[in-house]
Parts: sequence; structure tokens; C-alpha cells
Amino acid sequence: MARYILQRLGYMLITMFLIATFSFFLMKLLPGSPLKAEEKLSEAQLEILYEKYDLNDPVPIQYINYLGNLVQGDLGVSFQLNNQPVTDILANRIPVSAHLGIQAMILGTIIGMILGLVAAIKNNSWIDYTANVVSVIGISIPSFIFAGLLQYYVGVQLGILPIAFWDSFKHTIMPTISLAIFPLAIAARFLRTEMIEVLGSDYIVTARAKGVSNSGIMFKHGLRNALIPLVTVMGPMAVSLMTGTLVIEQIFSIPGIGEQFVTSVTTDDFPIIMGTTLFYAFFFILIILIIDILYGIIDPRIRLAGGKD
Amino acid sequence: MRKANWLLLAMALLLSVFLAACSGGSSSEGDNSGDDTETTEGTDTEGEGETEGGEASGEQVLNLLDTSQIPTMDSSHATDAVAFQYLGETMEGLYRLGENAEPVPGIAEGEPEVSEDGITWTIKLREDAVWSNGDPVTAHDFVFAWRRAINPDTGSEYGPFMMNDVLKNATAINNGEAEVEELGVEAVSDYELKITLEKAVPYFHSLLTFGTYLPQNEKFVTEQGDDYALTSENLIFNGPFVLEDWDPKANEQWTLKKNEDYWDAETVQLEEINVSVVKETSTSVNLYDTGEVDRASLTAEFVEQYAGTEDYRTLPEPTLFYLKMNQENEALANQDIRKAIAMAINKQDLVDVILANGSIPANAAVPVDFTTHPESGEDFRDLNGDLLTTDKEAAKEHWQAGLDALGVDSVELGYLGGDTETATEMDAYIKNQLEETLEGLTVNISSVPFEERLARDEASDYDIQNSGWGPDYLDPSTWLNMWTSDSPYMTMNYHNEEYDALIKEANNELLTDLPARYNNFLEAEKVLMDDAAIAPLYQRSRAYLWRPSVKGVLFQPMGADFSYKWAYIEE
Repeated sequence: MARYILQRLGYMLITMFLIATFSFFLMKLLPGSPLKAEEKLSEAQLEILYEKYDLNDPVPIQYINYLGNLVQGDLGVSFQLNNQPVTDILANRIPVSAHLGIQAMILGTIIGMILGLVAAIKNNSWIDYTANVVSVIGISIPSFIFAGLLQYYVGVQLGILPIAFWDSFKHTIMPTISLAIFPLAIAARFLRTEMIEVLGSDYIVTARAKGVSNSGIMFKHGLRNALIPLVTVMGPMAVSLMTGTLVIEQIFSIPGIGEQFVTSVTTDDFPIIMGTTLFYAFFFILIILIIDILYGIIDPRIRLAGGKD
Repeated sequence: MRKANWLLLAMALLLSVFLAACSGGSSSEGDNSGDDTETTEGTDTEGEGETEGGEASGEQVLNLLDTSQIPTMDSSHATDAVAFQYLGETMEGLYRLGENAEPVPGIAEGEPEVSEDGITWTIKLREDAVWSNGDPVTAHDFVFAWRRAINPDTGSEYGPFMMNDVLKNATAINNGEAEVEELGVEAVSDYELKITLEKAVPYFHSLLTFGTYLPQNEKFVTEQGDDYALTSENLIFNGPFVLEDWDPKANEQWTLKKNEDYWDAETVQLEEINVSVVKETSTSVNLYDTGEVDRASLTAEFVEQYAGTEDYRTLPEPTLFYLKMNQENEALANQDIRKAIAMAINKQDLVDVILANGSIPANAAVPVDFTTHPESGEDFRDLNGDLLTTDKEAAKEHWQAGLDALGVDSVELGYLGGDTETATEMDAYIKNQLEETLEGLTVNISSVPFEERLARDEASDYDIQNSGWGPDYLDPSTWLNMWTSDSPYMTMNYHNEEYDALIKEANNELLTDLPARYNNFLEAEKVLMDDAAIAPLYQRSRAYLWRPSVKGVLFQPMGADFSYKWAYIEE
């Protein structure tokens, strides 16, 4: 297992290097420069500024310089938030996005799993139908609609929760709920389908024949097997939730990373583009690794390479 | 084995949680739920422009929203209205824009002493102004800040933009051809500043109110080094308010507190201004409706709902939008074709239906309420009137004449526009107006992001472009210099010798003869519009929900949008 993880970490480094390279050159294909008053400055004035910010160097040279700094952990400074170190921006804003993302993931997955489980057990009952309707709504209606509705009815009309901002636990409730709807729906649907299938399989029949208790069947055999596809979809979803969601963060005015992610591209803020992309990539690869490890634990039939020890 | 596996699972889960959840401690303070804003109906909804007369009553706390983070609080690096807004509240330059956009003394003790030729400005400074660290504000602070802004090593964008060709040697210094010490500004004594200009700049007085010309305390800035202005902790102030809790890398809220050490502190009535960044209009409106904030800007879809209420206000901005027509295109090189395009669009419907925020149709190249004649005091627009109005019949005639001259019966034109919702809606409307009125015209819209549009503009790679401009100083030249043959902004290949000559004369021989200079601008605009070099569309306004009890907020035509020095709350 240890060797396997080490090997995977090696691949991770190579993947990160490739991602850094590709995104750097793709980014350089964007039109314009990170300067803010580009529209107003004359050609000569722009030249002086390009020189100052090393934007005149040939792209391969810029790339080598960037990699050099990256290896030393220096991601540069932002242009949009003048002179602020990218690492500081990421370090301050990612935790906020991650906090919201994790709360939403936990809430969504737990309620979703309960809903899916109940729906599977009470297959074709009214509970099942209700759960189905809930998950269809959750998947088809975008989160910002829920956010808007919650904000208006709970925040303005009832006035029991703050409308926006990020101060206390109370402030996190509405954004968490809005964000949790999607994972909730996905979890409910996947678990229901899988459970129904698993509960119909031969080994469950065998287990029943052997006299295993109902709850034992459900949790030890049923749920454990039904979890695999769920883990597969939830992993990447967790990444996207935790790395900031532009819309929810904007509606509730949350100082997360979601906005930097998007505006850095439209404003050509190169250091931020690279910083957020690399972080996202790193996080994504890491989650995939964790999922692969989880597979083996949930289902011993799935063997990892060299996983015999 | 099984036990170990479950343990591993638990650990993996823990690890993933740990990796992602290093949260906490990042929430910002600043109590934004101002419960003090229950309004009693103010009898006067004006609010603007009355610095005297009203009585401040109730708690003097203002809760505001902004649509963007403050990008920087370093005056050498500020480039946008948000940065200039908060620099303007917390810093004081030689002058400050007062009522009717007239410069009033700030750190300067009185009016400047200007030499006969308009080149040398001597300004006495007040001796009672201090920085928030206790240091006195001296002439050296101005010298330091201005040199810093023009020094190419600083990498300032607005330094060269605002100072080149204005301050003596600025251009040469920025190009690296002269030393920064040669900049035309020197401290004669601690409290006397001598400024030497490249030429007599008629609008220099108002330029001195601009953010780029603010002072900086050399000792503090040098001490802070790279950390200068990164958070409110790394700043000192000399203006009406001090900034607190500002840390753009971590939170989106900040507070302005009254600066008790400000030289004119007794004028300042507001105790505190709390600001939060909210980009979503519906959220702003919800916060306004529940009384948490005192102002919310509105987008078109909300205007209908609030127009006519006591809280609804529109503020005109001197920002113009127009179609640039590239004369490299054979059809657009024809004056009749350009006139036809300029006259074919119903601008009234455009501002009423598509924009719906109080914007007004523009029929010339200089906005309304921007500058006045130096002698008569009449507005530029009143003097020159409407020069290029909507007239569909005339448009059709010009169109036919143009087609005949070109010897064709149809024309196809590319149209470069923005990719925002309003922009695409507006461009579709304009396309429709043009194609419907002008028979044989096909307009092909490309909606591109802002950066892409700039790139194509610089490369002159467009036929028609929907473009806009905000002023940088209070002078008609900020609008009219753009359209000369040798202007760096001339990407549409328009050349008119008469126009060039008028503008050149205004910027050289007539610099000290202000009325004659102003007449040149009036003439030049007529030439420009007669040529239909650009097709003016509209002058932008912004719509707000604005608590009627908030008074005395000044609206500024350049730099910052508002000034709160004289603001107060009357409950």
C-alpha cells in the first residue's frame, strides 16, 4: 500500500508539471495584458510597463522563470489586487470556500443517503416517490435559484437568518443549504438505484437464508456495496464544491476563491490564473487518489496494484 | 485486517477533511447590520449638493455597498473609480473637488499662485495637517509621491498617464531619459511647493484633486517596502476618514472611521462608514429593503419596480458611449454612409427600454454637465447643442447617396461589441435598427470579452465598434484629443486637417487664452459631428436606491464617484 501511494505521488508530480506547462502556454494565448488601464495608455507607455513586469520576454523564458519561482513556492503577486501575494490570497480565501464546500458536502451526502436508503427499502411507496421528486428537483434546478429563494423568504420575509456576508455560523446556513441541494439529489438517486440492485442480488438472498439480521444485511452487505458508484461521483463533486462556487459566493457575498477563479481569466491576471489552476489540479488529483484508496477499503474485491500487504 | 481497513478509511476521511478545512478566523468584523437606519421620511429628497443648511441628527453611521473590492490603496497604483473613491475619503491632496466640481483647498492653504505664462505654480501648504502616525504633512510628501508615481521602476499605470506632458520632464523620466529628481516639483520649504509644468495646462487646478497627485509619507512608505498598502495596517492617512479592517486578500468588508486628527475634522459629521462588497444586485436590494444598508445600485430589471419611489435616484455620469466607425472600410470612409448609420438608431428607445437607468441619448462628442465656458459659465452642451440626432428619413437619404457614390446596392459590416448581457442586448437592438432603416445593410455582430475587444481595437481590426469613454480630467480635451490623426487612440483611421488644427491650436498657442481655447473645442466638435466620425449613442446614468435621510453626499464627475466629507444623516 505504501509503495502504491508513493508511486501515485510520483505520477502526481508529473501530472502537476504537465498541467502547469499546458496552462501557462494556453494562458499566454489570451488576448490583452494584465494591466488595468490598458485602454487609456499609449503604445509607448505600455511598452515601458511590459518591460517592468517582464511581459516582453519571450514566452519560453517567462515559462522557465515561472517554473523556477514555482519550485521555490513563489506564485508571484496579483495584478488585480495590486501587489498582493498570490499565496496569501489563496491561503485566505480557499479555507472559506472549503469550509462552505465541506459543510454542503456533509449535509448533502448525509441527507441524500438517508433519502436514498429509505427510498430503496420502501421501494415504490410514497416515500420513494417523494424522494424521487426531491432528487429530480435538486438536479434540474440550479443552486442560485434556491439561493435567491432562500435569501428572499428566509432572510428578508422571515428575517431569521442573515441575508449575506460571512461572519458567524448563522451566516453559513443559507449558502450551505443552497449548495447542498445538488449533492443531496445525486446521493439520493445513486444510492437508491444501487441499493435496489444490490438488495436483489444473490449474496443478499444467501445472507437472508443464513439468517443475518435485517439491519446487518442493509448496512454490512447492502450499503457497503452500493457506496462504490457514489464515491466515484462524489469525489470530483467535492473538489468543485470546495474550490469555490462563483454564483453562491456572489449571491451571499462570501469572500471565497470562486470569484478570483473566474475574474482572473477575464482580466488576464496571470499569477492568479496559474495559482488557482494549480491548486485546483492538485486538489483534484489528491481526491482521486483518496477515492482509489477508499475503493479498496469499501470493497475488498477491488485490489490496488501491490495492495496485498 | 478488517479493523485496520476501517481505521484507514477513517484516517483517509480525516485527512481529506483536514486538507480542505483549515478554515475559521477568516470572518470579518464590522457590524454591518445597521439597525440605526429605520428612516423617518425625510422631507427633502435632494440630498446632493447641500453642504450647508441641513442639520445632522441621529446616529451618524452610514452603511454602504460597493460592487468591487478596493484593488489598491496605493495612490501610485490606483487606476479605477473604486480605488480613487477610498483614497479620496482617507487621503487629502492639495485640493479636493467641492460643490459643482470646483476645486477647494485641502492641504493647500489657499489658491495657487500661478506665473504669467501658466508654467510655474507655487502653493503654500497649511501647517496643521498631520498624518495618522502624527507626522506633519509637508511639501516633501508631495515631491516623494509624484516622483514615485512617474518612476518607471514603480510600474505605475496612471503615473505616466496623468503626468506625462503635464509635469516638466515627466515623459522623459518615464522613458528613462532623465532622472526622477528632474521632475517639475520641488519643496521650497516644508510648507511651500513649487510645481513646474511642461506647458500651461488649463485644467491643472482640477488635476491636483486627482488621486495620482496625493501625497505619501516617504518614511512610512520606505519602511513598509513591499508591504505598503497591502492592508489598512500598512497605511497611514491624512484625510477626513481613516480606513480600518481592510484586507482584500481575506475579506470583503471595511470601515471608514472619522479621522479626529484631520485638519478640517469639525466639518466631517459622519462618524463611521461601513462598506461591504456585494456584486449581486438582488442581494443589494434585499439588504436595502431590510434597512441594513443605505444605498444600493440598481440594474435595469429592478428599475421598473422602484422607479417613482422616494428612495429611487438616478445620477448622470459624464461617461459617453458611441459607435466607432473604421474608415479603412471603404463604405465607412464615405461620409453619407456614416451619417446614415449615426442617424438611423432610435437612441431614446435605447435608453428608455434597454438601459432603463436614467441614461440619456447622446447627440455629440462631449457629455452634458461636464465643463462650462470659462467666461459665460454656460455648459458645453448648451453652447453647441445637439449635433447628430436620430432622423430616420435623413438617414435613408444619406444612405442612398452613399450607396450611389460607392456604386453598390448592399453593404456588409462587422460590428464589434461586448459580451455582457446588457451589451449583447443593446448590440442586437442597434443591429436591428440599422438593418431595418438602411436597406441593403447587413450587420454581423461579434460579441467578445473586453480584453479581446481592446486587442482588436488596437489592431484597428473592426468595421463598427461599440465603445465608451470616461473622463480623466475636467477639460473638453479629455474627449476631443482622442480623435486627432496622431492620437494614440485613433484606431478608426479618421483624418481631418481642420479638426487636427483646431485641437492642436487649443493645446498649444491658446493654452493661456481660455475663452478662445474653449471656442476651438466647440468648433472642433462641430467638425467631428459634421463628419459623423463617431455615432454618439448615450450618456450613462446609474440608478440607485438611496436612503432619503442621507444628505450632503457630493457626486463627482471624475476620479471617485462620491465624496462623503460633507455628508450627514438627518433623521
